[in-house]
Amino acid sequence: MKTAPFEYSRPATLDEACALLAADADSRLIAGGQTLVPMMAMRLARPSRLIDIQRIPELRGIREDGDVVVIGAATRQMETERSALVTSKLPLLAAAIVWVGHAPTRARGTVGGSIANADPAAEIPLVLATLGGHVVVKEGGTRRDVSMPDLVLGPMTTSVPAAGCIVEARFPVWKDKRVGVGFHEVSARKSDFAYVSAAAQVALDETGRCTRLAIGIGGATPVPTRLDSVESALEGQILTAEKVRAALVAATADIEIMRDSHASDAYRRRVAVGLGQRAIMDAAANSKGGPA
Amino acid sequence: MKVELKVNGATHAAEVETRTTLLDCIRDNLNLTGVHTGCEHGVCGACTVLIDGEPARSCLMFACQADGYEITTIEALAPAPGELGVIQDAFCEMHGMQCGYCTPAMILTAHALLKRNAAPTRDDIVDAISGNICRCTGYGQIVESIELAALRIRGTNEANTP
Repeated sequence: MKTAPFEYSRPATLDEACALLAADADSRLIAGGQTLVPMMAMRLARPSRLIDIQRIPELRGIREDGDVVVIGAATRQMETERSALVTSKLPLLAAAIVWVGHAPTRARGTVGGSIANADPAAEIPLVLATLGGHVVVKEGGTRRDVSMPDLVLGPMTTSVPAAGCIVEARFPVWKDKRVGVGFHEVSARKSDFAYVSAAAQVALDETGRCTRLAIGIGGATPVPTRLDSVESALEGQILTAEKVRAALVAATADIEIMRDSHASDAYRRRVAVGLGQRAIMDAAANSKGGPA
Repeated sequence: MKVELKVNGATHAAEVETRTTLLDCIRDNLNLTGVHTGCEHGVCGACTVLIDGEPARSCLMFACQADGYEITTIEALAPAPGELGVIQDAFCEMHGMQCGYCTPAMILTAHALLKRNAAPTRDDIVDAISGNICRCTGYGQIVESIELAALRIRGTNEANTP
């Protein structure tokens, strides 16, 4: 399990990194390397040059910017897990991040790397899609915002051009008075690839009615999938398990669900409803101010 | 290419290929063979070292990326040649190993856990070592070893380190 030879560059700035990337079509960016290096070891990836962006200052750090929390692409997952800003402003990301790989891979793996890799089972893209966030992609001298539905085209496939670099991820913050979150997933072993995962964030008014709801499903679907029809069906309602379940059954009835030797599509569809229901009911119960 | 690595407090220079992993560099260039080669694609955890105090897989990093970090291997945990650290002692007493292949990585992972959390629950311990595969023990004695080490470190009067 040794990688093929490659050239190694560690540019000091993002502009330099993008120039190097544009100059050689077979070059690849590396940050945490927790997926790319195994792919190289198995010779499934064979880049001519690795451009190491891990230490570029403008790609690192977590900051608040109006109604979003911005996480630099090369920020380590473990920094996100231990960030007070993430815990207070992005409780859904805080709940999901401990499911990302294992602690030793979170110590190196990055937020931007997980999004760029676009594994259907990955938790960080699921949270970003559920909250309706986007990434900033730089290519040459231009930067543009790309929403999650436009970014992730299929399993391990994004719309980021070969010479493009994800600069940061922008997660919307809910400023509602009572916000709760729920996150669940099923896999063969703790922290293994999820067969199904569900992320939910709910806001309630003082009477306990749902004023806002976001629910996303991962693992089961080729791309992280936000279920908009559940949101419209439940907003303005007192959330009960029956109502939530009915909305989820309707929303998942005709979406594309994956199948493989581990889990059938029928199983995944059923579990998506179950975990989605749990995530939403957890979110309602732990919304600030207590259960409705 | 030439790399300079800070391993166990000392700076070492080594001549490596860009594709040489940190794991191979530590074993073959620095002759620190306590770090073990397992799957070489980030699954088994046998190659765990501490990078700035956090457990990380040395097979998923190239030596040329590792300059500037404080790297710690199992060789740094014994207080003196021929002696054992608290966690190592606990692993011996509780039979926390059989073949020993996963053991340096388990002990380094436990070391990082106990530095951060002096009184871990059983769940904390299980979560901390969940990225390290042991094919012998069934994990029961490993968890008990770490519980014993935590108890002993808490019981000392000195500001002891694992």
